[in-house]
Amino acid sequence: MVKKSSQWKRLEREKMFSDPVLMISILFIAVLLLLFVIYPLVMLISESFEVEKGDGVFSNYLAVLKMPSFRQAFRNTLVLGVVSSVLATIIGFLFAYVDAYIDLKSRLLKGVFKIVATLPIVSPPFVLALSALFLFGNSGLITRGIFGQLSSNIKGYRGIILVQTLTYFPTCYLMLKGLLKNIDPSLEEAVRNMGASRKVEFFTVTLPLLVPGIGNAILVSFLESCADFANPMLIGGNIDTLATSIYLQYTGGWSTGSAGNAAAMAVYLLVLTTIFFLLQKYVLEVRSVSTLTGKASRQRILIEDKSVTVPLKIIASAIGFFVIIMYLCVLYGSLMTVWGRDYRVTLKWWRYLFVGNGEGIRAFVTSFGLAFIAAVITSVFSMLIAYLVAKKRFVGRQVMEFVSMLAMAVPGTVLGVAYIRGFVTGLFHSGVLSGIYGSSAILIIVFVVRSLPVGVRSGISALRQIDQSIEESACDMGAGSTKVFTSVTLPLIKDSFFSGLVTSFVRSITSISAVILLVTPKILFITVRINAYADNGNFGVACVYATILIILAYASIGIMNLCTKRLYMQDKIE
Amino acid sequence: MTDKKMNVKLDHISKLYVNPKTGKPFKAVDDATVDILPGEFVTLLGPSGCGKTTTLRMIAGFESPDEGEIYIGEEAVNALTPNKRDTAMVFQNYALLPHYNVFNNVAYGLKLRKLPKDETRKKVFDILSLVGLNGMEDRMINQLSGGQQQRVALARALVIEPAVLLFDEPLSNLDAKLRVSMRTEIRRIQQQVGITAVYVTHDQSEAMAISDRIIIMDQGRIVQIGSPKDVYYRPVNHFVADFIGDASFLKGKVISVKDDAISVQIGSAVFVLHASLPPNTVECELLLRPESMHLDEVGQLPCEVTYSKFMGSYQYYQVNCEDQMIKVTEYNPKQKKEYKVGDQAFLAFNADDLHLIWK
Repeated sequence: MVKKSSQWKRLEREKMFSDPVLMISILFIAVLLLLFVIYPLVMLISESFEVEKGDGVFSNYLAVLKMPSFRQAFRNTLVLGVVSSVLATIIGFLFAYVDAYIDLKSRLLKGVFKIVATLPIVSPPFVLALSALFLFGNSGLITRGIFGQLSSNIKGYRGIILVQTLTYFPTCYLMLKGLLKNIDPSLEEAVRNMGASRKVEFFTVTLPLLVPGIGNAILVSFLESCADFANPMLIGGNIDTLATSIYLQYTGGWSTGSAGNAAAMAVYLLVLTTIFFLLQKYVLEVRSVSTLTGKASRQRILIEDKSVTVPLKIIASAIGFFVIIMYLCVLYGSLMTVWGRDYRVTLKWWRYLFVGNGEGIRAFVTSFGLAFIAAVITSVFSMLIAYLVAKKRFVGRQVMEFVSMLAMAVPGTVLGVAYIRGFVTGLFHSGVLSGIYGSSAILIIVFVVRSLPVGVRSGISALRQIDQSIEESACDMGAGSTKVFTSVTLPLIKDSFFSGLVTSFVRSITSISAVILLVTPKILFITVRINAYADNGNFGVACVYATILIILAYASIGIMNLCTKRLYMQDKIE
Repeated sequence: MTDKKMNVKLDHISKLYVNPKTGKPFKAVDDATVDILPGEFVTLLGPSGCGKTTTLRMIAGFESPDEGEIYIGEEAVNALTPNKRDTAMVFQNYALLPHYNVFNNVAYGLKLRKLPKDETRKKVFDILSLVGLNGMEDRMINQLSGGQQQRVALARALVIEPAVLLFDEPLSNLDAKLRVSMRTEIRRIQQQVGITAVYVTHDQSEAMAISDRIIIMDQGRIVQIGSPKDVYYRPVNHFVADFIGDASFLKGKVISVKDDAISVQIGSAVFVLHASLPPNTVECELLLRPESMHLDEVGQLPCEVTYSKFMGSYQYYQVNCEDQMIKVTEYNPKQKKEYKVGDQAFLAFNADDLHLIWK
């Protein structure tokens, strides 16, 4: 670091203080991040070191390590993470490659790819797990309906891997597609020109250039898999992962172990995900983008060779159709008279929820309301943080960016546990703020914290596209920070704002892992209800809720697309 | 239009940056001191990376100087944010607000100053007619050509009647022809309004055409401040001589100094010259502008023609004289003898056109 002159520091400080709104918003955000991201984690970590007199500092950690069940859970988490992430990346790469190098021609296929591309945003937990049970479970449509009494062991490793792979591959597809599109076709043309076949070109140019990107995709899915709670819970059978173990420990499923032990477990998972998060964010993400700085200047020449295109298209579309069918199965599941026995269509589960006890309406209203409030708060805050981080200079700017991204590294279950430890008896066990525990407010806060990284990230990238000089010109004309933000920045990033709003709404309403630890029976939240009904074997009702989630998520995206298109058109007309 | 002509003073300004590759700090602007007079049009000129834009951005307030103080009028403005300074800048890429139309872009600064609506309207319309954009008020920015956007940017800066008008290479995105007509336009408007203006460019002919005085910068330092004639005919060093216009150099030796008359020997010829600075070495360089010489049967220095080309309005020669490559342009070549490559000739020039540069 260079030493700036003291005059420079003084001037920058004076300029900052002359803009009180800016100062206040920085402080305000800093306090909130400290309170709702840093503080609970600190409390969790400190609790993991609370030991009986005479025990070593690390005795909780050692005690946990000695539990065979924990060791098994740790092993399961790693194995599932590796297998699911590698499989998801392979399938994602296949999709990306087909998308970038092969003319799909048929509109049906293009539609399949388009739907697959929206799945990462709209993947309510349980949906794929429910339909995997529906198809391959003990009384599943395929196991029983087609193969008769075939016994099935979809529960366990196979089930989780199947469901996780299908959940994460669309994200890998989108990430790799972006990178493939950035490879300058003239690179490939150059090696072809020197006599390389398509195969040689693939292995000497395309694949090596993508290696960091592929690594990045694997890590991102690995992180998701480690943090995954819903799928192992529902389809894991007797397979426990770290996330589910922590949940069971806290809700009393396991009889052994103290609170300190549970905290130590959570910290193990937190350390695991944080290491991989840092690796992903600061090593692979940077490298995957920097190796591909070229802008694709021209359309690339697509592969014509039928012996290549036909098999690739068949595999990709089979997987794509399979995923879509799985989503439809959930709808069918909600209409089936008796799960796995009586395949006649009935509305009784829908009636049960919406006419019978009215639980459905209450759950819908609660979930929608909480998620909506959280989405509004998230999108405002993330744009504000993104603005400060991307456009302003102040001490602690990088810390602010890091902390707001940190929630990405914290699995929902760990965050849930940390919130319990941090707020159940108030701040530092003082009783202050203890009221928020068990209220809807804490759920909203968790939603905001969990969606913030995505919002901030997309906000920053949107802001970086606005040339600095546009805002400078407004400031030069006499506008202060607030005026620049409201009259220039905000109007220019409104599309990003709206998509952030919808994304965080969908993320919130479909979230489960942190919520399930913080929710009280009075608050009916859809995903928590799905878990409860599925746990009791009442899959019909679970499917009704899951269907509602799918519809809500797609409707939100549809509305967003309509809105942004209309806003765009309005600009044109004006 | 405005009476508040202000001076701008840079008092030993320095700005530190870090080289992103080596991590080492360097001075982007190094101890710059200038006094710009009220109503004066001053150009910061230099190659890219010389610190001229940084200097301009410090005047505007986007960068804080690490050392030194900046004054606008009598006021020290170091601690003021850009919106509190009475400056208006025309940006290289115009930086017009893409979601506003022409009227709202120009009115933006006036609205911030809470001017009454009808006064705002009047001012915007007046300024738009000054820059020649009558009737364009309702156009969106993306419906304008580059030159029109340039005019909007200028109008937006002028309309708030700032104490100082700042230009950051405003013409570099325009095509060559438009550049020439716009610079005349900018000069005309600046004269008409009578405003103090600081203009950054790397184009020396633009600087010549537009400025009262030129500030030449190199590697963060101000190397010369002077009128266009000063910097062209009396550059202080080799860099300035070479950067401004086309230059040829001869090597010379000081053989005697008598008061302000300095005798310099070039080859076998001796010239008596005047220099503003006393010599510090025996070795010196002599600047000759290509248009100040011609080739002849008789002259001051013998030479051999190494290149000869007809360029239309002039004949372009390169000759070898005392082991230096000298460029000569002879205008109206039709009436003159054309020398061929390999011809022996003499360089003919007026000894007054030799300018002494110390190493």
